[in-house]
Order: sequence, then structure tokens, then C-alpha cells
Amino acid sequence: MSATGIGAAVRRKEDFRFITGSGQYTDDVVRPGETRAVFVRSPHAHAKIRSIDVGAARKMPGVVDVLTGAQLATDKIGNLICGWMIHSKDGTPMKMASHPALAAAKVNCVGDAVAVVIAETYEQGRDAAEKVKVDYEVLAAVVDPAKAQAPGVPQIHPDIANNTIYQWHLGDAKATAAAFAAAAHVTKLDIVNNRLVPNAMEPRAALAEYDAGTDNLTLWNTSQNPHVARLVIAAFVGMAPEHKLRVIAPDVGGGFGSKIFIYPEEVVCLWAARKLRRPVKWTADRSESFLTDAHGRDHVTHAELALDAQGKILALRAKTIANLGAYMSTFSSSVPTYLYATLLSGQYDIPSIYCEVDAVYTNTAPVDAYRGAGRPEATFVVERLMEVSARQMKIEPADLRKRNFIKTFPHQTPVIMAYDAGDYHASLKKALEIADVKGFNKRRRDSARHGKLRGLGFSTYIEACGIAPSQAVGSLGCGVGLWESAEVRVNPTGSVEVLTGTHAHGQGHETTFAQLVSERLGIPFENVSIVHGDTDKVQFGMGTYGSRSGAVGMSAIVKALDKIEAKAKKVAAHMLEAAEGDIEFKDGKFTVAGTDKSATWGDVALNAYIAHKFTGAELEPGLKETSFYDPTNFTFPAGCHICEVEVDIDTGKTDIVNWTAVDDFGAIINPMIVEGQVHGGIAQGVGQALLEGAVYDKSGQLVTGSMMDYTMPRAHDLPSFHVGLTETKAPSNPLGVKGCGEAGAIAAPAAVINAITDAIGTEDLAMPATANAVWSALKRATPRQAA
Amino acid sequence: MPAVSMTVNGKAVTGDVEARTLLVQFLREHLRLTGTHVGCDTSQCGACVVHVDGIAAKSCTLLALQCEGAKVTTIEGLAEPNGPLHPMQEAFRENHGLQCGYCTPGMIMSALDIVRRHGNELDEHTIREQLDGNICRCTGYHNIVKAIAAGAKNMPKASTRQAAE
Repeated sequence: MSATGIGAAVRRKEDFRFITGSGQYTDDVVRPGETRAVFVRSPHAHAKIRSIDVGAARKMPGVVDVLTGAQLATDKIGNLICGWMIHSKDGTPMKMASHPALAAAKVNCVGDAVAVVIAETYEQGRDAAEKVKVDYEVLAAVVDPAKAQAPGVPQIHPDIANNTIYQWHLGDAKATAAAFAAAAHVTKLDIVNNRLVPNAMEPRAALAEYDAGTDNLTLWNTSQNPHVARLVIAAFVGMAPEHKLRVIAPDVGGGFGSKIFIYPEEVVCLWAARKLRRPVKWTADRSESFLTDAHGRDHVTHAELALDAQGKILALRAKTIANLGAYMSTFSSSVPTYLYATLLSGQYDIPSIYCEVDAVYTNTAPVDAYRGAGRPEATFVVERLMEVSARQMKIEPADLRKRNFIKTFPHQTPVIMAYDAGDYHASLKKALEIADVKGFNKRRRDSARHGKLRGLGFSTYIEACGIAPSQAVGSLGCGVGLWESAEVRVNPTGSVEVLTGTHAHGQGHETTFAQLVSERLGIPFENVSIVHGDTDKVQFGMGTYGSRSGAVGMSAIVKALDKIEAKAKKVAAHMLEAAEGDIEFKDGKFTVAGTDKSATWGDVALNAYIAHKFTGAELEPGLKETSFYDPTNFTFPAGCHICEVEVDIDTGKTDIVNWTAVDDFGAIINPMIVEGQVHGGIAQGVGQALLEGAVYDKSGQLVTGSMMDYTMPRAHDLPSFHVGLTETKAPSNPLGVKGCGEAGAIAAPAAVINAITDAIGTEDLAMPATANAVWSALKRATPRQAA
Repeated sequence: MPAVSMTVNGKAVTGDVEARTLLVQFLREHLRLTGTHVGCDTSQCGACVVHVDGIAAKSCTLLALQCEGAKVTTIEGLAEPNGPLHPMQEAFRENHGLQCGYCTPGMIMSALDIVRRHGNELDEHTIREQLDGNICRCTGYHNIVKAIAAGAKNMPKASTRQAAE
């Protein structure tokens, strides 16, 4: 292994600019003549707009214009859309309510934008926004998803009955019911998967500029997928033809899903920039982020597991109500369906599964994919059922899992997925060792002596990553293909630029992808640049989410490098006056088999461009190749996380005293970066389990609307993590990689709650398990005597 | 508009600001020092931490006018252009103490203040407790804690630190 090749913990190329303060995030970009957009937002969760008076605001100092939803409609700017079609059980399509970028007639959540002030400065914009007078007729709000479909509840969208978006199902209801009827033991759980606010540290931002001379629009945007943003804004919103719109996603300060989606603010900035012939910038303040970024999770579920007397699982069923908020965000429909129910088999051989999901509108912020997206919800259902079943049946939790693990591959689950590779015993075994589970009972006794309750919780999770192949997702309703593109440009001096359709917002692609190219071409790591995030540079790409950049994005690079090597061999053959079939390429050198004739990488690159050794009839000059890669299956990262907690009986405060994560991500390019992804994922999962929760009051006000109210995990809330790896290569892509970005967030919540409930001896505990929640649960239950 | 003068990264600067202009706005918008970030508006996240007269401060919670005559250091001022990185910057890179980079300038500036107050030998508990004012959403803090411990060790021993407590 070279110091910068595949498998090396190479320090990141991107770090220099970030540690010196020279990164370039959207808000750091300044265009000449730039104005600032400040949105006027609804303070009500549900209201009719009687009138909007912008007269006083227009007269405020520095105001360029004040625009409303009525003007947006006059200018025929289209609605935002959801791009994944789900059909209900009865075959009817999901009910997508219209979602204008500025509400004209009615607001459906607090934070819904009704007007925008364009001003010379941010402060002037804010002052003027306060002068916009909106006359609202306030309506009763729907907040609780479990009650959104009840008779007599206010209707949010005019033509959509019972606030119901779809009533979907997956699996075999009859076979599942039969299995339950024959079961020796049935475990039942009611689960609320708490609503989360993604809170990437960089707030969303948009900067739009119009060039009247060329009729081109440019948008700098905090996006995880600039090409998808361009496609939607061009083809659905109808802002401009695709070729007249450039979207640039420069450095992006974290996404976690929330920056996948197309939001009203970028649409309004583009519209205003063209209308006013001035660049328009908007940067969210954190309160706006809380109100308007798509939230995550928010499921209410009843789940049951049927087992025989030996603890072999017979069937699983779940009924979930998924809260999608006031409008359907870009991919919201897919999250509680094909990203959720398809993973309910976990790591287990389950003969029958049946899942019903009702998606509902409420007067809350839209809900869409957030790190893990559906898979954390599924894992929480499965892993809580496993742990509780083990306790009820008095089987060791690890043992119950072993009895049910899938052991042979490929394995077809009853819920669409065909797992292609894995070794669940291996990750469990390694995790049991690292976590010293054998020594747990002694540690539990030690804790008891100090008046503390100690608990151990497992989560043997699985996820489907890569989020491809296109044909598969298309058959499930996805409106786009989920392949990835790569273009490898070799310069005449032999240095290389790789243009990728993926986007990095913390994942370190500039480093990992360069390692791959360096190893493959045998050229210095420093001679490789990775280019992303600009629709004028990269032809097309689907962006980064669903842990897909390695499995799909890097595979596209491999395919393009294959083509580069083939073309370079032709050039070398002309240079070395040999048959193409006799050229061998290794470690950056082309040789003629069985001779000492050779050419270096740099010589061949130069000759490809000067084209002195071959005629145009024989070979095209240049060395640049493109690949659009579509994998043959999802990938299935899986592993075992073990959480050990200590609970203070007097306060209910939980300390995580040990965390073990053993993950199988397939082949690893940069272990340092992979471990970092695991750490961050666990932190977000622990945040969900212990600290975080978006709370709306009955009138639809977001009570947790700032970082003073919504508890973000801080350094002292978390331990250091023990991270281990096992490896089974993914058969569905040339590198054998599976993806690592979401595993921690998927595995962690169940591990934490399993550990706390083990400690306190009651299952009656909801997330977030704050000190108050745990203390209350302890009071409700009779505390189990510590062993 | 009132004028304000201060020294930023060793350079004397002046500007006309509104009374309500925050230090972070002055740094970012007037001086174009965009390494200092705004993450939360409520003094919670620490993405905006700079040093004012040698002490860490959240620049979103100071008016520019409050810093009249002050010596301000931002992330851009830690290392000479083309010179070696500050040991704490180097430690963040070496220990993969950053991912998206947004919280990083504030983390590094806060880390230096922890060293000033607690010395060069920092244990994990101290670092985690003292990092209370800085939020990172990417790293889970694991590698930030490692980076700060390593960076502190590699910094020159300061003589004044305990005195500030």
C-alpha cells in the first residue's frame, strides 16, 4: 500500500483552506451590486391571507423592492414539487398539495414565506420586513400526526381529504397474520420516532445573479446536488431553461440531507435577481433554519414481532403514521416507504413482513430525508423489538440475534431487498469482544455500589446504501435515475482533473477520490484534483446523499479510468511502435511485454495531445473520458453497535460510558475519513436518543426554535468511541465499497434506548431520553434491583 | 454612522459602522475576513469565536463599537501568509478534527483559549467540558478532542495562562 493510495489514512487535501479560514461558503461569495433578501414569514401555523400591505415597507431606507406571492403567480413561477411518486394501496397516486415559493392565499406552517424585501443591506431589509403588514385570518392548526386523519380535524389543503397524502403498504398481510396466529410469543411496542432538526452548522443560503446580456442566471447555493436543483428549478419551477441556469454549490458546511431539497428561498432569489437586475443574496439566520429546513423522522408506529418458542422470528408487522409537514418536500414521500419498510427485515431471516404507512399533512415544517432517512426509523423498530423480545423471553439479546441472523447470501427478504453480502456473526463477535460484554455484570455491580444503574444495549443494524440502481428506484416511483457520472481529464503534463457528479460537504471526496486515481494511474496524489459542485463544469450528476458517493460516484471514476487506460495504451503503442495488445500498464509506466521498451505516464499524456506519433485517422488526439455508472444493486452496510450507559437514579441523567461500533462497509479507501463518518453519525444518533426533539405546541408554534431550546449534542455529552471494522466486499460495484456516511445515525438510537431500558428495567421510555424523561420513567416503574 | 478603529490580525483598521453592527459583521462584511462564521445567532455554537485582546469572544455577541481600540485576532491571523501553520491548525488537520470546516475556525480559536487557561497538558474531560461553547455537527467531537490535546502539547509553553483564571 502506498502512502497515498487505497487504504491509507491520507490527511485531507481540503483541510488547509478550512483551518486557515479561506474556505468559500455561499455567504462568503460577494457579487458586485449585491442586494439582500429578507423574507416576511408567517407567525401562524395555519391562516388565510386576507391582504398584504407593502406600502410602508417600500418607503423604508435602502429598499429596492418588496415582492409577494401574487406577483410570483403573475410571473408564472411554478410550484415546488416532490419527485418520488407513491401510490396508495387502492392504486391512487399520492396527493401532492401545491407549494408556491411565496404563499399568496394561505399559510400552512409557521415560517411560510409570504413576501420578500430586497434591500441594499441586511439591516435595512430586516427593518423594512417589519413594516410589511399582513392581515391573517387564523385557522385551527393540525400538529399531532396521530390525530391528523381524525374526523373533524381542520383540513390543511383544499382537495386533500383527511390530510392524508397516501395510505401505502408493503409485504404479505395474509401470510403475516397467519404467522402471528401461530406464534408462541408476540412482542408489541408503540414507538414514537422523534422529529429532528438537521442543523448543519452552515445555515442555508442562496445568491442569484442575472446577466441580461446573455440571459443567463447563476445561483450559488448550499446544495448537496446542484444538478438536481438546476433540473427542478428549470423543468418544474420553470424559472429558466436548463442551459441558461448555472448552479454552483461551493464549500457547503454540512448537509445531512437537509441540503438535498429545493427550497422556496433559492427560487425567490433567482426570480428577484432577474426582475430587479441586481444580484440577490439570502442567508438563513438560525431561527429560519429551524423553521424552514426540512426536518427529519417524526413517525408514530405500532410494531409487533412474532416468535416461536425457541426465539425464531416468524413475522413482523408495523403500522406507521409519518408526518410530512405542511408540504411535500423534494423526496419526502420515499423516506417512510421505500427507505423504511424495505429495511424492516434487519439482519434477520424473517419469513413474513407486512407494513402499512399513512403519510399525513400537518401544520409543521416539511419533513424529508435526514441522515439515514427511513433506515434509522426501521432499525429502531426492529432493534427495539429484538431487545424487548429477548427480555420477555429471557434469552440473551446477543443470542436471540444469533438465532435469527441471515447466514447465506444472496438473501431475498420479503420486503424487496436482496442482500448480496455480509457476515453479521463476525461484526457481533468482534463488537462483543471490544465492548468486553463478558465483564459487564461486574461493572453493573460496581455501578450499583455507587448508586448508579448500568445498562447494555445492542443494535445490529442494516442499511441499504448507494441509492441506485436507476431501474430499481424507477420501478418504485423515483422520478430520476440514481446513477453517477465521472469525467477524467488528463492534462498534457500528466496531471489529472476528475469531475464528479457527487458533492462533498464534509465527506472529504477531494482526498478519497484522489487516492483512488493516484493508485490506479500510479501518479502522485498531489497531481490529482477533484472538481465538483458546478453545473458549468460537471456535465450532470445526482449529488451526495444515501451514502452513495463511494459506491456509485467512485465506481463511475473507476469506469472512466478504465477507458483512460485503454486510450493511453493506444497512444503508448504508437509511441513504442508495438501492438496495442502488447502494452502493459503498471505503476504509472507503459511497457511492451517481454521487452525493455517503456514510456512514462507523463510521456504518454503529452503524446496524446501533441499527436505527433499517430494520424487523426488512426486515433483521436486528447485524453479525456467520461462514464455514467449505474450499479447492479443497492449496497448493504451492516454492523453491531453496543452502548453502555450509567444512569443516575436521583436525577435520571444518562452517561454513555462506552461505545463500541463494528461496521462492515466493504472495502475502505481512507480509514481515517471512514472512522470520522462513523463518529459523526453516532453523535447524531445519540443526539436523537438523548437530547434532540423538535417540539410544536398545540397552535403549531415551534417551541424548540433555537439552539437555546433545541439541545444539540456537545463535546461533554459524548464519549470517545471504540470503532472496529469487518469486511465483506460489495459485489455490486467494482471497488467493493458499501458506504459509511449514515451507519452511526442508523445504529445509535436503538443502542442507546436498549441500554437505558436495560438499566432502568422498564420499556416505557420515549426519545429523547432526557434526564427528566428517564427520571419520570423510573418513578413510573418499580426499579429493578441492580444485580 | 460612527467610526470604529481597531487592530485586526496586527493591522490597524477603521470603518464606519451602524451602532448595531456586530463585530462578526464588521470582520466579514467590512474587512472581508470570512473565516469567522455565523452559525446560530444566539451565542450557542461558537462558529464566530475570535480573540479580543487575547481572550476568546463570540463575535456575534459583541458590537463592533465595543471593540474600539481592541486587538482582534481571527483565524486568518494565526499563521503568517506562506509561513508555517499554527500548531493547533496543524493538529486539526493531522487528527482529522474537521469535516465540513464550518465550525473549525471557531473551534481552533476556542482551543487556543483552553490552552491559555488550562495549559499545554489537557486531559479529555477538561477539553470536553471546556468546549461547551462550540458546536460541531459533523465529527462527534472525537477527533476534535484528540486534535486539541495534540495541538496543546505542540504549542510553546506559555507562562501566563494560570494567571488568567
